[in-house]
Amino acid sequence: MEKVNKQFLTGHEVVVQACVDAEATHMFGYPITPGTEILSGWIKKCQEDKKLHFLQTEDEIAAGFTVCGALMAGSKAFTATAGPGTVLMQDAMGMADGMRLPFVTIIAQRGGPSSGTVIYSQQEVNLAIHGGNGEGLRLVFSPSTVEELYRLTRKAFNDAWTYRFPTVVLTDGYLLKTKQDVTLDFAGENVEPKPLVSEHTQKNIRNIYTFEQELMDELENQKKDFDEMAKTVTEFESYKVESCEELIIAHGIVGAAARDAVDELQAQGKSVGLFRPITLSPFPKDELNKLVKGVNKIMIVESSMGQLRDLVKQSLEVENKIKIEGLYKPAVGIEVEEIVELFK
Amino acid sequence: MSKDSKFCPGCGQTMILQTLYRILQEQKSEEKAVLGLDIGCSLLAWDFLPINTFQTHHGRVTATMVGFNRARPDLLSFAYTGDGGAYAIGLQSLLWAAKRNDPVTVIVANNAVYAMTGGQTAPTTMKDQKTDTSPSGYDADPVDGMKLIRSVNEKAYLARGAVNEMKDMKMYLEKAIQAQRDGNFAMVEILSFCPTNWRVKGKEMIEYVDNMKTAFPTGEF
Repeated sequence: MEKVNKQFLTGHEVVVQACVDAEATHMFGYPITPGTEILSGWIKKCQEDKKLHFLQTEDEIAAGFTVCGALMAGSKAFTATAGPGTVLMQDAMGMADGMRLPFVTIIAQRGGPSSGTVIYSQQEVNLAIHGGNGEGLRLVFSPSTVEELYRLTRKAFNDAWTYRFPTVVLTDGYLLKTKQDVTLDFAGENVEPKPLVSEHTQKNIRNIYTFEQELMDELENQKKDFDEMAKTVTEFESYKVESCEELIIAHGIVGAAARDAVDELQAQGKSVGLFRPITLSPFPKDELNKLVKGVNKIMIVESSMGQLRDLVKQSLEVENKIKIEGLYKPAVGIEVEEIVELFK
Repeated sequence: MSKDSKFCPGCGQTMILQTLYRILQEQKSEEKAVLGLDIGCSLLAWDFLPINTFQTHHGRVTATMVGFNRARPDLLSFAYTGDGGAYAIGLQSLLWAAKRNDPVTVIVANNAVYAMTGGQTAPTTMKDQKTDTSPSGYDADPVDGMKLIRSVNEKAYLARGAVNEMKDMKMYLEKAIQAQRDGNFAMVEILSFCPTNWRVKGKEMIEYVDNMKTAFPTGEF
């Protein structure tokens, strides 16, 4: 079947298509709003192609650990989850952290804490990066459009299998349920999966250490690899930032609204640009610090009480003492007009 | 056959693991076997046998080996766990692997306590048994893994052995492997010595295991 680049698709559908095009073979998952359609969409693909497999597990814990087992065996496996499921998923993601497994998960953020609300938020940033009992060496992408959701989901598999860090596509129910005309870029090679254990190996792999120093040495090596990876994978968008005096920082779907707000503000003659981190981890720190040198004020806009703000603050160098303001609306969507209003 | 044991002197687990390895050698299947390890004393098996092994998390070995098996159904997937990993924190995944009849072999070392953490009440702690967390004696009956799994899977191979019935234990493990090869879920629970936490030695250990058989009869189920 010939693939059509231009299609009318939902976010859920492009995620499933991206997983198929990345040559993923196994999905393990547990239904949870607003990510369920990734599981049901993948199952539909399994019925068309017998090389694809799925298992609806008993909970997200099992979804995560079956993924770990399949990765050990050399299958391109993945899961998708949301909210309280992202909390349960941390157990398996912790094993992936410790053993450097190419664990790919799509996180459909919903409101929290607890069961919260079921469609939208940007409150799982900390969980995606730092949800494990370790150092948070994870690759986290935050797409802002349906097309970018496709590109980054596909890339997540390649980067996970190249660098062997757990990789998250951090999205939300608004973007996943958006249906629009999309132009998908199918080009690009897929990274081949390799088994950690097989009949050709005799390995004894551990994730528990006898001596404290052994674990610290292991973590220092992981950090070195992570920093090396950062040079290649870190992504961001700077939009109309040339000599701007004020800078909006937003990610994900809020980044798309901020982009439109910048157009409108510049049309009004205001000097406002946008910095949008596409990788939240590793964070595009150097680019941000370069950019803020000529800026008077940063305006953070996010659907959380400051999870993005904290990433920005951690990344700013001390000499860049800059005023930071923000619009923080936990679990609530942010419209273009509200962002424009901030600069009155 | 193996590297130095990291288990306590007198622990029953080395006997279980050596028996498993002997079977794999006899069947010339060492290369085909993958042994996933739960956390608990079972984690100490990580470099004991010259076959592929990996540690998982506490209670998560069955789910991990279900995933492994779905990716490589042609290999032999073993989930090695203690009684707590199997019947308490990992019960949900154990039950569902059994209910789906996933072809993996779960080996449960039952020593009636949480041994790695120093002897707390386990799902297999017997009535009136004293532990750190049941100082005046446990007031309920233990979980019977055989009945529990049979209630969700008619095809599963289920057996309970003991480290002082080595010949039968070997036979049960052989039959479990055959069940897995035939596409069925298999579980063998083995009553195992824990001299450290039982605070007994030598002959008393054998008496202790023999007493356990009242609550946990051996045989096929």
